[in-house]
Amino acid sequence: MSPLAAVLARDLRLASRRPAEALLPVVFFVVAASLFPLGVGPEAATLRQIAPGIVWVCALLASMLSLGSMYASDHADGSLEQMLLSRLSALELAAAKSFAHWLMTGVPLLLVSPLLGLLFGLSWDAIGLMALGLLLGTPTLSLLGGMGAALTLGLRNAAVLILLIVLPLCIPVLIFGAGAVSAAASGLAPDGHLYLLGALLLLTALGAPVATAAALRISV
Amino acid sequence: MQARGLTVRRGNEVLFKALDFEVRAGQLVWLRGSNGSGKTSLLRVIAGLSRPDGGSLHWGSEALAQSQAWRERLLYMGHANALKDDLSALEALRFLTTVHGRTCTAERMEAALRRMGVFHRRRLPVRMLSQGQRRRVALARLALEDRPGFWVLDEPFDALDDAGVQLVQQLFADNVGRGGTVLFTSHIRVRPEGLELQELNLQGTRGA
Repeated sequence: MSPLAAVLARDLRLASRRPAEALLPVVFFVVAASLFPLGVGPEAATLRQIAPGIVWVCALLASMLSLGSMYASDHADGSLEQMLLSRLSALELAAAKSFAHWLMTGVPLLLVSPLLGLLFGLSWDAIGLMALGLLLGTPTLSLLGGMGAALTLGLRNAAVLILLIVLPLCIPVLIFGAGAVSAAASGLAPDGHLYLLGALLLLTALGAPVATAAALRISV
Repeated sequence: MQARGLTVRRGNEVLFKALDFEVRAGQLVWLRGSNGSGKTSLLRVIAGLSRPDGGSLHWGSEALAQSQAWRERLLYMGHANALKDDLSALEALRFLTTVHGRTCTAERMEAALRRMGVFHRRRLPVRMLSQGQRRRVALARLALEDRPGFWVLDEPFDALDDAGVQLVQQLFADNVGRGGTVLFTSHIRVRPEGLELQELNLQGTRGA
């Protein structure tokens, strides 16, 4: 097994040892999104209109939930030092950790999003579009989240600081993700929004691991 | 490995200033100094985890940070054991050896754990082990090495019982016998049999 695969496999195995913890983001996602119909009222037309925004905001918050522990526990028990001294470059480590985070939070969110779509009475076309948007957008969230987690490593109140650092950076993803579904609903082509989500993903995939790696080297 | 004019600060405090020393292949070096004298900081600088505030480190003619040969040789273990609580002892050891690019068979890993006296605990999650047992699992990495390495160990004897201390000294002897080097800190005085123990003392190196 290559060192890169070993880091990935270890993170997934650790998550499987604590299933309750690993499922927390997706449970939060479902619970938080299903609170909205109760608060806003059961009017189908209104719900259908605000559904994309709700799903995206909840997905964003859910994927922030597990960021705090992304590097913190490895930092506390010395694993992070060892990984930084290993055959992996800090860049590879940052990319592997973000990818593992996406597999453990982004993918489950993606998988349950059709359920929420049905709950809000979205059409299948809109649900498919929302899932596609999430597929392009959630990796960006994990990459940006990794950067925030690395920057706040070893600080007190790290969990809140991560949110303050990462949430503003996620705004474009939110706008274009929710925008794609809304655009399609009003009869416009959603392609532009999806292209921009893809562009954001490419940009963060190139930039965020570099920033994360630099932050890790400073924090350790 | 040579250090020239090494200066390390912690915050505004100068831990040591213009420190020169040399560690050669086949040496066993005990890094001494009182609490807070910068032993751990020095080891972290040597391992490349933090940067010195002045001076340079060399491996032969190469700068340490750039040397691939050095990276191959370096084995650093800090205070923390770097074992994940939820992994079993065997899994934790396998992970550490794999990320460091050592390929090693299950038999060899089991043999290493047996040598460290924690073989019967290999399937238990690390959180069920005592502090001493965890240290032994972490140190099993040393028992897996078969090439001359440059070991940088921060308090390796921490939490170990007498038998454990003896075991680790044997591992030191193995590495030094292969032409490797061991640089370690310890608050207990160790007397490895048949080995010459060099001392590197950080006392009195503090600058103004």
